[in-house]
Amino acid sequence: MFFKKSIDKIKAALAKTKKIAELFQIGRKIDEAFLEDLEERLIMADVGLDTTKYLIDALKSSYKDKEIKEKDQILTFLKENLKERLTQKGNELKLNEDGPTVILVIGVNGSGKTTSIAKLAHHFVQQDKKVLLGAGDTFRAAAIDQLEIWAERIGIDIVKHKMGSDPAAVAFDAVQAALSRESDIIIIDTAGRLHTQKNLMKELQKIHNVLKKKIPEAPHEVLLILDATIGQNAITQAELFSAATPITGIFLSKLDGTAKGGVVLAIQNQLDIPVKFIGLGEKCEDMEAFDSEQFVDALLSKD
Amino acid sequence: MFKTLSNKFYDIKNNFFSSGKINEKNIQDGIKAIEEALINADVNFRVVKGLVKRVKEKALGEELIKSVKPGDQFVQIVHYELVELMKSDDEERLPITKDLTVIMMVGLQGSGKTTTCGKLARYLIKKGHRPLLVAADTQRPAAIEQLKVLGKTLGEQISEERGEDFEVPVYSAPQDPPPKICKDAIPIAKENNNDIVILDTAGRLHIDDALMDELLSIRKKTKPDHVFFVMDSMTGQNAFDSAKIFNEQINIDGVVLTKLDSDAKGGAALSIKEVTGKPVKFVGVGEKLDALEEFHADRMANRILGMGDIVTLVDKAEQLMDEEKAEEMYQKMVDASFTMHDLLDQFQMIKKMGNLRDLMGMLPGGLGVQMQNVDIDESIFSRIEAIIHSMTPQERDMPDIINGSRKLRISKGSGTKVQEVNQLLNQFREMRKMMQNMSKSGMFGNMMSGMGGGLGGLGGMMPGMGGAKQRSRRKKKKRKKK
Repeated sequence: MFFKKSIDKIKAALAKTKKIAELFQIGRKIDEAFLEDLEERLIMADVGLDTTKYLIDALKSSYKDKEIKEKDQILTFLKENLKERLTQKGNELKLNEDGPTVILVIGVNGSGKTTSIAKLAHHFVQQDKKVLLGAGDTFRAAAIDQLEIWAERIGIDIVKHKMGSDPAAVAFDAVQAALSRESDIIIIDTAGRLHTQKNLMKELQKIHNVLKKKIPEAPHEVLLILDATIGQNAITQAELFSAATPITGIFLSKLDGTAKGGVVLAIQNQLDIPVKFIGLGEKCEDMEAFDSEQFVDALLSKD
Repeated sequence: MFKTLSNKFYDIKNNFFSSGKINEKNIQDGIKAIEEALINADVNFRVVKGLVKRVKEKALGEELIKSVKPGDQFVQIVHYELVELMKSDDEERLPITKDLTVIMMVGLQGSGKTTTCGKLARYLIKKGHRPLLVAADTQRPAAIEQLKVLGKTLGEQISEERGEDFEVPVYSAPQDPPPKICKDAIPIAKENNNDIVILDTAGRLHIDDALMDELLSIRKKTKPDHVFFVMDSMTGQNAFDSAKIFNEQINIDGVVLTKLDSDAKGGAALSIKEVTGKPVKFVGVGEKLDALEEFHADRMANRILGMGDIVTLVDKAEQLMDEEKAEEMYQKMVDASFTMHDLLDQFQMIKKMGNLRDLMGMLPGGLGVQMQNVDIDESIFSRIEAIIHSMTPQERDMPDIINGSRKLRISKGSGTKVQEVNQLLNQFREMRKMMQNMSKSGMFGNMMSGMGGGLGGLGGMMPGMGGAKQRSRRKKKKRKKK
């Protein structure tokens, strides 16, 4: 789907922080201090306490069983273990063969929804698809303008209402417009909402239902935008959002920052939601398909 | 706020530190549990290790084992350490001493900078200031527009509250480079008779030299009195690096933590001071412009440890209610002349105070922790409001005159069921009865008048509501039997 140029970018970003692999370059034995050091680095990568504990226990027992003797075996051991836990779930998007594909984009405030939508739209335009945006964030001041600017830059259509209007109505009109204009892809933006706001979660359900009115199997994709700099809270976000509307995939944004997004390990394991895309920069071409092997390599990378 | 963490502490206190089973091993296990709770809450790894070490030394040194109430004493130790972690040296959150004060807001994209600028402006207007907002984020599409809308909304809000025209000007010059925009804003503020300038600067997805250069240049040209770093409270382990870099490069004075109305786990609040040396000054607790609170380390520690935060609750009530009105409400409660009008007032005030669950979380003594877990359907407020709005003034004064046909009319008018109207009327009667009993037994003491009527209403209303619900269920059962 994409070239694997991202690994360099991710590695470059990760280079700013302490690397887990750094541990193994110093000639050290596996002792308590070493394990604590490893624990610190895993936790600092937002891998989470449970996964960290699991890895360290597994490492200890392998060491006891003499499966691991040399320190350079540890890195391979960790990588294999992590890759096992982060099995690739398939990041292909489900496309509608006959008629427009509807993609609903949701997430908390400031997660990077609008920029991620621009990236998705650009990606589809590159594939010669006709894309239409639905400006469903009618709440935040100037959110509609922001999306409109992107639509203009990319050169695609946008359906919008006034600020403060009903987002479900925007969604309905967008689907309607896409049908009559024969668009291939509709991407619906929604207002950022904290997953703890019940009434806003209900609103999401309403939007979800409205999309079905014209196209019964819509939305074909519901993408949750997760900010990679968010810590363990990301798990609850994914959990509560998927309770409101079934999520088909995660778009991990802002991965080019100092964060490693280790929390997706827990999300894939506990909630079985695949990560489909990663966002790597501010430009609309800065997006990649998620690759679990690459992700683990970057998480533990030496350079 | 910090529900998970305060739940955890509550459990730990009960499981490990209740008298009877206190021994050294228990203490060790309890401390281990705290360590895990804090790491799970995204508190910075090194901060956790330091805190745990200090708590352990104290807990073992102070002979918790011999203590009569080891649980309480242990909480005291943790409380002290939490406050030490978060506290700010200067009491004043945002001292304004000059004729023109410049405040510069910096932070990463999506942290909530622009919204926080609006909130801070409101906070300062409430203190009698006249801020000018400056849109210096020329980077993000429509950021300028967003600030303009905020300024306009804020102006309308204040005008309505004060009953006179109030404007919150927003300066922008999209064609200029940001440092020039900021510099130009200062003479404009003077001319315009503004005493505060709030600079909304550009964020980036991550830190780069171009951004830092721009911010440094703004800092040099405007010499801000306060530089605040705006940070998402849900931030994980690594992003503390960004706070650190911002501080090292442009020297911040304090931090504004946003989105605390989420179930943020508290990691950022607990770590930021230790990591950067700069304290949290304000917290954002909602989407509305008045959802900004001053940050107090001791109150935050109280909340985290499930000790409630009655001080903030009272502060909030006080802000929204003038003394006269509180006195009036109190009198009405005492002599039970409380009407539906007053109930409506109370509802509207509580709604203004913020998210109900968060308010409940501020209740002391473990009660807050438990209440946060109760599922509160906030739409019930709007339904009750609709019902009262559908009553005539006379009905609101004397709800007893509401008979069957009136009930039907009210239910139709408000789009609710007759049962719901009944329920409200029953609850209202119950509440009045309770107030009468309370005033007879002298329970409305100094405490009540000190706290303002609003709180009393809140306390009185909740049990009333629960009670009525249960009773209506019982009634249904009876009916079935017949």
